Amino acid sequence: MSLLRKKHWQRRHLMETFMKFIMRVSLFIVAGALGLILWIVIVRGLPSLSWDMVTKIPEGGYYMGKVGGILNAIIGSAYLAGGGTLLAVLFSVPIALYLKTYLGDSKWGQYVRLSLDVLWGIPSIVYGAFGFALMITIGMRASLLAGIIILAFIELPIMTRAMDEVIRRMPVDLEHAALALGSTKFEVALRVVTRQMLPGITTAILLGFGRGIGDAASVLFTAGYTDRIPTSLMRPTASLPLAVFFQLGSPYPEVQQRGYAAALILTIIVLAVSLGSRWLSARLNKYTIK
Amino acid sequence: MSQENPTFSNQTNKQAEGRAFRPSATLRARQDQAAQRAFFIFSLLPVLLILFVTVALFFRSWPIISEYGLSDLLFGEVWKPNNGQFGFWPFILGTFWVTAVGVILAVPACLLASIYLAEYAHNRTRSIAKPVLDLLAAIPPVVYGVWGLVAIVPFVDDKLAPLSDRWLGSFSIFSVNQPTGFNVLSAGIVLAVMVAPLIISVMYEIFSTVPNDLRHASLAVGATQWQTIRNIILPQVAPGILAAVVLGASRALGETIAVLMVVGNIPQIPTSIFDSAYPLPALIANNYGEMMSIPLYDAALLSAALVLLVVILIFNILSIIVLQRMTRKK
Repeated sequence: MSLLRKKHWQRRHLMETFMKFIMRVSLFIVAGALGLILWIVIVRGLPSLSWDMVTKIPEGGYYMGKVGGILNAIIGSAYLAGGGTLLAVLFSVPIALYLKTYLGDSKWGQYVRLSLDVLWGIPSIVYGAFGFALMITIGMRASLLAGIIILAFIELPIMTRAMDEVIRRMPVDLEHAALALGSTKFEVALRVVTRQMLPGITTAILLGFGRGIGDAASVLFTAGYTDRIPTSLMRPTASLPLAVFFQLGSPYPEVQQRGYAAALILTIIVLAVSLGSRWLSARLNKYTIK
Repeated sequence: MSQENPTFSNQTNKQAEGRAFRPSATLRARQDQAAQRAFFIFSLLPVLLILFVTVALFFRSWPIISEYGLSDLLFGEVWKPNNGQFGFWPFILGTFWVTAVGVILAVPACLLASIYLAEYAHNRTRSIAKPVLDLLAAIPPVVYGVWGLVAIVPFVDDKLAPLSDRWLGSFSIFSVNQPTGFNVLSAGIVLAVMVAPLIISVMYEIFSTVPNDLRHASLAVGATQWQTIRNIILPQVAPGILAAVVLGASRALGETIAVLMVVGNIPQIPTSIFDSAYPLPALIANNYGEMMSIPLYDAALLSAALVLLVVILIFNILSIIVLQRMTRKK
């Protein structure tokens, strides 16, 4: 009896220990999945990663295992994600500024945030189908421009919400001080909020770029695929995710190997962008007032 | 701004004799108003974009909806575009199975992990877990697909399928009817990992809305931490947890490339988690090439996208409204 009364043998304390244990295990499984994915991609991709892969475009018979690389896809993806991000910045910065300075928690502000969150949830295949529907309506062919526009739509909510979250943490005093000195809200937005928002904008740009470069389903419909590096906005373009996808579908083992290598290249780019955004925002955050 | 300059100078001249500061204030007020109007137009974009996507897809899929009727499309079981038969039912069920398996696998682990992060973990653990989850969320779908193809499909085929056949084979949803690992379970595992970062971060956010007083009160009367969570915190956040799950499900519904690579893509109605399936997004992505060659094919695929969009919009709007309410209460 005295043993049972001891703290650690009571049922509720046993339960506590047990729950804590399975919680740790759950967290470990989720974190372990990341390690597993990275490990698989590295182990599979590293052996066939070569200098040719990143410096050459596909040459004759590339898809049967002959020489060449996927420079077309790397450049294509950079154009697509870069263009999409640039276009999305032009719209997301004003929306984030408006949300902060004019709307706050007003009704319309809530609707705008709701619609941004809803847009965020729309899958890229639906954006791709939407882009395709538009393109057949106006008679446009798969092109870099169409891909950039659709990626901008996909990145817009992500970037705006990222900026919005960062700028929400700006101290109210700062805004009040500027208003008390007689500035209009527009001046607050332009001179105070934009400076405080700089780390947020940087993070948002890298976040959007990372999302854009990895997106396959939307680009499939709108940008097409080609072995050449695009020379104009109206040409179709290759992209890294599709290079992985198409090469893995090949019956030739050499081509499949290159698909794994392409996946490794894509993973390295995305992880570099993600880690870079953490590092940059930590650095830039030093220069904001908290 | 240049258009307003003449007005500005007029006003300056007129009022310069009286008060000196007034005119510049009007200019700035005007500038402010003009900016507000311009900003407002920008903020219309997200709202209009949702409407525009829906309307454009509806407009392009109208030919087939008007010819076959919505219920024939949704519940038709035969998919033979060459014969003019477009039945989405096997694909809708395929989507449902894959999503359900993914969510069922993801939710318990995500709930426990987010409770741990929110209630137990040291700041150091949190500061490690956050970037790990961010990285997991940043990995592109196609890389998840590669992982599924290389690691999960063989694992399901070699390990889980024989095990399940031996011990659980008498239940039809666990029976093994096919020789490959390209099946609902593989897709579900990949999806579970893909939606985990989203579900965990939303749940974590929800746990942090519970006021600390409640925790302290419960701990002060002698409850253990788990008792506090079980009896005080979980009932408080239940709607938010449900919303997080629905949000995760809607993300899983639309996942395309990763699922497409591991699910087998056989248009059948799955009866077991070891059956192949063919979800709607995979159908759309796989057939974009032939879309223009068969009559009504493009309308059929775009109406598939429309169906997907409508379901996801409903899921998303409901869960986001719940989450917005909960986080604002704080």
